[in-house]
Amino acid sequence: MAKVLIVAEHDGSVLNPSVAKCVACAAAIDGAAIDVLVLASDAGAVAAEASRIASVSRVLTVERAENEHAVAAILAPQVVAVAADYTHVFGPSTTFGKDLMPRVAALLGVNQVSDIMSVEGSHTFKRPVYAGNAIVTVEAPADAKVVATVRVASWKTAGDGNEAPIEAVAAAAEVPSHTRFVELAAAATDRPDLQTAGKVVAGGRAFGSAEGFDLLYQLADALGAGVGASRAAVDAGFCANDMQVGQTGKIIAPELYIAIGISGAIQHMTGIKDAGTIVAINKDDEAPIFEAADIGLVGDLFQIVPELTKALS
Amino acid sequence: MDKIIVGLKRVVDYNVRVQVKSDGTGVETDGVKMSINPFDEVALEEALRIKESGGANEVIAVSIGTGEAQQQLRTGLAMGADRAILVLADDAIDPLSVARVFKALAEKEGAGLVLLGKQAIDGDNNQIPQMLAALWGRPQATFASKIAIDGDTARVTREVDAGLETIEVDLPAVVSTDLRLNEPRYVKLPDIMKAKKKPLDEIQLADLGIEPGPAIKELTYAPPEARQRGVTVDDVAGLVAALKDKGLV
Ligand SMILES: Cc1cc2nc3c(=O)[nH]c(=O)nc-3n(C[C@H](O)[C@H](O)[C@H](O)COP(=O)(O)OP(=O)(O)OC[C@H]3O[C@@H](n4cnc5c(N)ncnc54)[C@H](O)[C@@H]3O)c2cc1C
Ligand SMILES: Nc1ncnc2c1ncn2[C@@H]1O[C@H](COP(=O)(O)O)[C@@H](O)[C@H]1O
Repeated sequence: MAKVLIVAEHDGSVLNPSVAKCVACAAAIDGAAIDVLVLASDAGAVAAEASRIASVSRVLTVERAENEHAVAAILAPQVVAVAADYTHVFGPSTTFGKDLMPRVAALLGVNQVSDIMSVEGSHTFKRPVYAGNAIVTVEAPADAKVVATVRVASWKTAGDGNEAPIEAVAAAAEVPSHTRFVELAAAATDRPDLQTAGKVVAGGRAFGSAEGFDLLYQLADALGAGVGASRAAVDAGFCANDMQVGQTGKIIAPELYIAIGISGAIQHMTGIKDAGTIVAINKDDEAPIFEAADIGLVGDLFQIVPELTKALS
Repeated sequence: MDKIIVGLKRVVDYNVRVQVKSDGTGVETDGVKMSINPFDEVALEEALRIKESGGANEVIAVSIGTGEAQQQLRTGLAMGADRAILVLADDAIDPLSVARVFKALAEKEGAGLVLLGKQAIDGDNNQIPQMLAALWGRPQATFASKIAIDGDTARVTREVDAGLETIEVDLPAVVSTDLRLNEPRYVKLPDIMKAKKKPLDEIQLADLGIEPGPAIKELTYAPPEARQRGVTVDDVAGLVAALKDKGLV
């Protein structure tokens, strides 16, 4: 029978929404018993949140001062120490999980299954390759542990209302001192988080400048939406890197995605293929984005966006 | 530091619209343009800049793959790598074995830094650098958008979901590159000529004592579910009406 260990992502006080998605993925394996592992300096609040996720059997905590920041080289040996009793070890394919899980896999001497989008069997999964232009069904060896990341946007959030027991465990592992956290520069924003927002508006190169992006923020606020961007817009310095959507940015699945002045390159589209409704606003009626848009509007964004903001306010 | 190793993977060029083969065994690569993985070009550029600013003596480009990867290594030599190593292997070699190859070479060469891309745009796995760091027992700094070498340590700024994280690592270390780290230089014709004289060694996996392990099996390839083109509206009023219709505003 499958026993799945999920490595929890958190910021020290709040559990990341990706964890409940990983649980949903693990629960798709027939008869799986699911435990969540919280590595923290103080696990209390995070573990309590994890224990409420439906289908979770136990929440395991390892508290160490070194776990204050998520440093993969420090966390990986602890995950390995706890993983002994499990058939599967999962993490989210967020930057946290992408950084950590391959290190865990290598320490366990196995290959990793990256970005699980569907579970076909206990060792058989579907995953995207080539920027989502192909979906491959893969089979991990039956006689080895499965280490995997879960493509968060492919999964619904597991329910809550659970009261799973919380147990402190000893992760007898030596952790290295060769890697030291210095600082995290996070842009403060009151807008909904891009990865979990129900609505997202996103801007491309066409906005022309950081000031141009103000138009986008005004629309976002009228809609209560999170804000994303194409790589071209980030590269040009219009906005922060954490707003990039796509193959090498965030993969998201909002109910509504409004792409404005974005051409629709494959690398961008792979980030939104699971969105509910895609709206495209572009002055070029032949822009590739229209091929995948549910609603298209051809025209100049500098005229349309303020008008739309007004109509929605 | 003395040496920097850079990984250069040969992949389908990022501009190619990849097609799944009709028999589901993979994607079409016949007659398709192949290039250096874009992230690896960034890694090589960074290594060259470190060397040019006096931070390293030698840049070694490494590819693991079939003989055809010579092309990408030659391009890497033309960009400025000092020498190249092609480790001959089947393209289907398992990733953990690729990481073991890098570890063997890092130890053999005494590398101070191994610079790899954050992901290869074919498999989109995003794992070799982290695996290498684990096997080698060294630090990893993934998704780097800034690297500052300072003696025996490096300060690396990482692009993470929450923003920009800075960490400090002891060398030797593994760094994986994000695209915003730098803009790779263009290769000039005279450099291509010069590169022909630079050493490119071909070695076998067995020369490094590596026997590939069991891979994750690829059963079938399929095209993704395509999204359909929807409606076009004429103006903002039409857009708002369409959104209301769907209950989205
Ligand atoms: C390895 C790799 C990874 C990548 N990863 C990503 C990724 O994760 N995310 C990503 O987004 N990109 C990624 N890219 C880049 C991608 O290929 C495109 O270059 C990028 O998405 C283009 O951004 P854009 O649509 O904003 O710009 P452009 O392609 O320049 O498009 C601008 C659009 O704006 C329209 N426009 C211009 N003026 C107006 C106006 N006044 N009103 C309305 N419309 C207007 C134009 O018609 C055009 O369609 C990656 C590329 C590589 C090589
Ligand atoms: N066969 C290979 N040859 C050279 N470098 C590779 C190879 N496979 C992976 N790499 C390096 O590892 C990085 C991450 O690849 P991956 O983990 O496969 O997404 C790439 O950007 C390369 O720098």
